[in-house]
Amino acid sequence: MTSKEAVQRWRPGLPDAEAHPCHNEIFASSGEGAGAGFALALARDALRVSGKGALRVDDQRHILWVQTRDAIKRCGRPYVHGLPAELRRRVIHVAAENAQDALFALEEGVRCRDLAFVVGELVGNPKSLDFTASRRLTLTAQKHGSRLYLIRIDARRDLSSARMRWDVRSAPSPRPRWNGEAPGSAAWQAELFRARAHPPGEWTLYDDEGTLCGPPNAISRPYLNIPQAANAPDYGDMARATVGRSLAAL
Amino acid sequence: MAIWLAQLSVDRWRLSSGLKRGEGADGSALALISETAHGPRLEAVNDAARDAGLHAAMMLADARTLCPDLTVCPSDPAGDLETLEKLTLWAQRWGPWSAMDAPDGLIVDVTGSAHLFGGEDRLLADVAERFAARDWIVRTAIAPTAGAAWALAHYGANGAILGSDEDMPARLDDLPVAALRLDSDVLTVLRRLGLKRLGDLERVEAGKMTGRDALQRRFRSRKSPASNPLVRMDQLIGRVPEPLVPLVARTMPLVQRRLVEPIRHRSLLDQVLSDLAQDMARVLEGQGEGARRLELGLWRVDGEVIVRSLEMAAASRDPAHILRLFAARFDDVDAGFGIESVRLRASWAEPLDLAQADIEAASEEKSLGTSLAACVDRLGVRLGNRAISKPVTYPSHIPERAQRHACALTSESHSYNVGNPIKRPLKIFDNAEKIAVLYASPDGHPQRFRWRGQAHNVARVEGPERIAPEWWRERSTVRLRDYYRIEDDAGRRYWIYREGLPGDGRGGMPDWFIQGAFS
Repeated sequence: MTSKEAVQRWRPGLPDAEAHPCHNEIFASSGEGAGAGFALALARDALRVSGKGALRVDDQRHILWVQTRDAIKRCGRPYVHGLPAELRRRVIHVAAENAQDALFALEEGVRCRDLAFVVGELVGNPKSLDFTASRRLTLTAQKHGSRLYLIRIDARRDLSSARMRWDVRSAPSPRPRWNGEAPGSAAWQAELFRARAHPPGEWTLYDDEGTLCGPPNAISRPYLNIPQAANAPDYGDMARATVGRSLAAL
Repeated sequence: MAIWLAQLSVDRWRLSSGLKRGEGADGSALALISETAHGPRLEAVNDAARDAGLHAAMMLADARTLCPDLTVCPSDPAGDLETLEKLTLWAQRWGPWSAMDAPDGLIVDVTGSAHLFGGEDRLLADVAERFAARDWIVRTAIAPTAGAAWALAHYGANGAILGSDEDMPARLDDLPVAALRLDSDVLTVLRRLGLKRLGDLERVEAGKMTGRDALQRRFRSRKSPASNPLVRMDQLIGRVPEPLVPLVARTMPLVQRRLVEPIRHRSLLDQVLSDLAQDMARVLEGQGEGARRLELGLWRVDGEVIVRSLEMAAASRDPAHILRLFAARFDDVDAGFGIESVRLRASWAEPLDLAQADIEAASEEKSLGTSLAACVDRLGVRLGNRAISKPVTYPSHIPERAQRHACALTSESHSYNVGNPIKRPLKIFDNAEKIAVLYASPDGHPQRFRWRGQAHNVARVEGPERIAPEWWRERSTVRLRDYYRIEDDAGRRYWIYREGLPGDGRGGMPDWFIQGAFS
C-alpha cells in the first residue's frame, strides 16, 4: 500500500474493499432513528459497489436484524412499510433477550452464507461485548466474507476491534421541492473516528433515493435531493391558497 | 364388504377394563355417558342395560328412573375413533384397501380377493372368527356397492352376501329407509311422507315419471348425499359412484439404540446421538425425505422417560446439523442412574430430494458458512422459535396493525400495499409513547414538546394524515388519529399523532403520541 492510498479520504461509493469493511460500529443515541438509517445506507452503499454500479435486482438474500429487548424498547422495531423497497421483504428479525443472546445471533448470522448483511442493535456497554467478543465477531465476519453493522445505542466509545467506527446523529434534512415546510429525506452528521484505511473525519451525508451521497452542489441542484430532469416542468404550487383558514383546521 | 362394530364403545370399555363379556361390572347395567347442554346423555349401553330397557341417546335422568342401579362411565369418542382407525388398518388383511366409516363401521374392498379365503361365505366366516377371537361384536355383509353392504350389515341378516348377478332392488326391498345412511331430520321427513321401506321409495321413483320429480323437488336444496335420499338410493344401487377415502398406513422413520450398559455421561450420550442421527439420515435418505420435527426419547433405568423434541425450519437429514441442534437441549438432562435406551423418531417428514452430499460439507470446510435454514434452526434452538420472525405487511391502515410477524422462512406470496405514498418511519415503537405538548401552534400541531425528558422544538411539519379507526373491528369509542411528520431543530425526524379531536364526544382533550422515528 502506498502512502498516497493510505491517506485517501473516505467518501460514499468508494469502490475500494477497504471502504466497506466486514465489521462496522455505529454509535447513535436512542432518541432518533439515525443509527439504523445510517447503517442501512452504509450497507446499501456497500451492496451497490459490490454489485457493480447498481443494486442487483435478483439479489434476494435475506437480512438478519438482531435487537435486544432493551433496544426494541428504546428505539422500536423495524417497520416494514418504512424500509427501503428492495429490502422490504427480506428482513428476518431476531428479538434477543439480552446482549449475550444477541451476540450469539450476530455470530450465527455472520457465519451464514445466505445473508446479504447483518444488522445488530445493542444498548449501552454490556459486559459480554468486550474486546474479545468484538474481535471474535470481526474474525468470523472476515473469514466468511460477510458484513456486520452493529448499532451501539447510548454507548461509550469502548475498546473494540471494529474496522470502521462511526458516530452518527441526525442533521437537518434538505428541503423537499414541493413542500418546503415538510421534513425532507434523511440526512446525517456522521463522524468517522476510527478506521483502518482512512483518516478520521466528519461528513454530512444525505440519502438521495437510496443512494448515500455527500453534500450536493447547491448551485447545480437547488432542490437538493430531488433528482430533476433538465426539462421537467414546474407546476408551481398545486395546492389552492387557503384564505384565513388552515388546511389542518378541524 | 362392510363390517359394523355394533357395540364399539362398550366393547372397547370392556376390553380396556380387562373383563370378559357379562363378567364383573359388565354383568350389571352399564352406560357410557357424555355431557350435553341438557345434562348427561347415554352414548352407549351394554347388554344388561339394554335388557333393562335403556338405549343410547336417552337422558341419564330418564335412564335412572328405569334402572336405578345403573353404573355410568364417561365415553371417549376420540379413543373410539383411534381404535376404529387401527381396526381399519388391520382389516386390510382381507382386501387391498379399507376405509373408515365413522363412528363404528369400516368398509373393505374385497373385489377379487374373496377367492383367497375360499369364497365369500368363507371370507365372512373368517372375519367373524377373527373378530370373535378379539371379543368384538360384529355384523358383516358383502355387496357390489359400499352403500348396499352398509345397509345389509346394519339392517339385513348377519353375514348377508349380495352377488353382483342378483337383483339388487329386490334384495334390498325390505330394508328400512334408515339403511340409506341419511340424517335424522331427513328420516323424519320420509317417515311423515309414508316412505318407510326402500321398496316404497323405489316404487315412488319407478311408478310414474312424476314420482321422482316430486321427490327431487322436495329435496332440491339438499346437495349433500347424507341429506338427499335420491342420491343415496342411486349410490346404493350403483347408478352414481360413491368415492371413499382409503386409509393408508404410514410409518414414520424411527431409529433406536438399546445400550448394554446404562450411560451417565454427556460425552457418551453425544456419541449415541451421533450414531442415531446417522442411522436416521440413512433411513430418511432411503425414503427420499427430510425431517421437520424430531423427537428424542431417553429411557432411564428407573423407568423415567425424558423427551426432547425439535422442529426445523426446512427439511433436513444432515446428521451434524441434527446433532448440533440437540446438543443445546441436553444441558438440563438428568441421567439419574443411567440411560439405557435412546430412541429418535421423525414425526414429521417432508420430501427432500437427494442432493450431492458433499457440497454442504465442503462449503462448511471452505468457510463459506451455513445455509439460511440451518442458521434459523440454530437461532431457534437457543432463543426460542418465537424470537425469530419475519415482518410482513397486513392489509390495514392502522400503522401498528399493518405489520405482522410471520415465520422466518415464509415466502410472502402476496404483499399488501395499503397504498401509502406518504413516507412511513423506519422504526416503530411497540407501544406509542405519550408526549407532553409544551406549546401548540394555531394549526394544531405541537411547536414544542417534551419526550423522554427532553424538549424538542419543531422546525418543520407535514400533515395531518388522518387515519380513521376500523369501525368494523373496534369499539365505537376508539378515536381517530391525525398523523404528522415532524423534524425538530436538531434534524431528528419523528412520526407523531394526536388521538382524537377536541369535542368528538369520545373523551377529554386529545393526547399526543409518538409512533416512530424516521431514519
